[in-house]
Amino acid sequence: MSGLKEFFTSITKGAPEQQPPRVCKNCGAEIAYPDYVANHCICPECGTYFRMRAVERLEATVDEGSFQEIDRKLKSKDPIKFPDYAQKLDKAEKASGLNEGVVCGTAKIDGIDTALFIMDSAFMMGSMGTVVGEKITRLFEKATAQNLPVVGFITSGGARMQEGIFSLMQMAKVSGAVKRHSEAGLLYIAVLTDPTTGGITASFAMQGDIIIAEPKALIGFAGQRVIEQTTGEKLPAGFQRAEFQLEHGFVDIIEERPRMTYTIAKLLAIHTSNVQ
Amino acid sequence: MAKADSITAYERVQAARNGKRPMGSYYIEHMIDDFVELHGDRRFGDDAAIVAGIGYLNRIPVTVIAMERGETIEERMKRNFGCPEPEGYRKALRLMKEAEKFHRPVICFIGSSGAYCGIDAEERGQGLAIAENLYEMMGLKTPIISVVVGEGGSGGALALGVCDTAVMLENAVYSVISPEGCASILWKDATKAPDAAAHLKLTSYDLLKFEVVEKVIQEDGKTEREICSALKKYILDEILRLRVLPTEELLDGRYEKFRKIGAFR
Repeated sequence: MSGLKEFFTSITKGAPEQQPPRVCKNCGAEIAYPDYVANHCICPECGTYFRMRAVERLEATVDEGSFQEIDRKLKSKDPIKFPDYAQKLDKAEKASGLNEGVVCGTAKIDGIDTALFIMDSAFMMGSMGTVVGEKITRLFEKATAQNLPVVGFITSGGARMQEGIFSLMQMAKVSGAVKRHSEAGLLYIAVLTDPTTGGITASFAMQGDIIIAEPKALIGFAGQRVIEQTTGEKLPAGFQRAEFQLEHGFVDIIEERPRMTYTIAKLLAIHTSNVQ
Repeated sequence: MAKADSITAYERVQAARNGKRPMGSYYIEHMIDDFVELHGDRRFGDDAAIVAGIGYLNRIPVTVIAMERGETIEERMKRNFGCPEPEGYRKALRLMKEAEKFHRPVICFIGSSGAYCGIDAEERGQGLAIAENLYEMMGLKTPIISVVVGEGGSGGALALGVCDTAVMLENAVYSVISPEGCASILWKDATKAPDAAAHLKLTSYDLLKFEVVEKVIQEDGKTEREICSALKKYILDEILRLRVLPTEELLDGRYEKFRKIGAFR
């Protein structure tokens, strides 16, 4: 847990062992933090998936000590001076220990060099403003220049309304970088986790060569309440869940969290094998 | 061009939504000669919220893709009030690919409150349909000009908005979220939409200042025909400029147009 140790020490909340226990929203079970991490942030009692923090995902995914973060310090300039947004950013920073809603860098996954982005819903629901858009764009550009595959762990409420049209345009900006990466013959694996919605689903979440989803993750374009209000229809059970998306042909694989790294490593290996 | 600050952002929103405001079909009728409408996405169906086809702009063959909400109530039902289903975006992409094959410039007219929000739309991949358009339009090897003529509603508008030149009519708006949606999420009160509209900076002059669009076509004090002919002239000039560019330069310019949008430190 060296990465976790560094992270929690950096946000002065003590070592991972001193983290408060996590409480399951579904069954109420209290789980000691080290056990919680050892169990892939899944409730040992009822199997509910908690939303993973970027640092926890990183720890579970990359070879120890191999992660090199880029653009950590990038922050929003509040482009449309939206009311209360500057304060919201400050609050999100303090609450999450991050400067923005995505962590980017390079790492090895089972020995394979990879570019990596991990969104974190603890920062304003992982919504995409210009910083998230810029960081992911730069990551794809770097991966293209260095011939690296990209693995992206996605969780986001969509485009961030407090940056107005600037947020919307990030969808096009990132799409351009994904396209150039793809044209260079490089692999992009998108891992969709709970929730993946709105402008993120309508851009890079759906642009992976391979799209993996976590079980039961909410994945969709329109919000459920909006659909109910627009159509007056009651939504069917399991609507917009990972299993629904698999059934309708929009994701390749649903993978359990304990096997996620293994599956990603296998896919990376197949794409880097070069049998003559 | 005088910027009329006396008109509030929300008044622009209301003007953009006005039921009598000309939409895509009007511009096709008054701008394109010998228009032939082409239907269907060759996957599932034909979405009447998007009208698409080929014709001439002056004497240049072009592909036109236009959102259309219809005039009569029957027509509006048929066209789903201008909110495209995934099939609409897939039809648009199919015809853009065809335009690329035959080296025809593409003109997109945008005016819709947004992509349709329904169970069926989700079942057929509304998110994927938009994502594919953004992705493919970024690499489409022929000029694309997008014109926001009405309400540019979020991702559903952007799905026809990846372009070399973006134009807005003066009273069109373009936003990440509707003012009502924004107000109800932030302040739990949709009646504060006029405030949200002002804060979202969604008018044509805002977007011109942000360099998200290259041109605003003046409307105030002009007739519909005058607006249409000024727009036609601008589109024609842009096509003449863009179509002689080598493909690589065209695509680098398009990439850069979006690449530079951001505000961070």
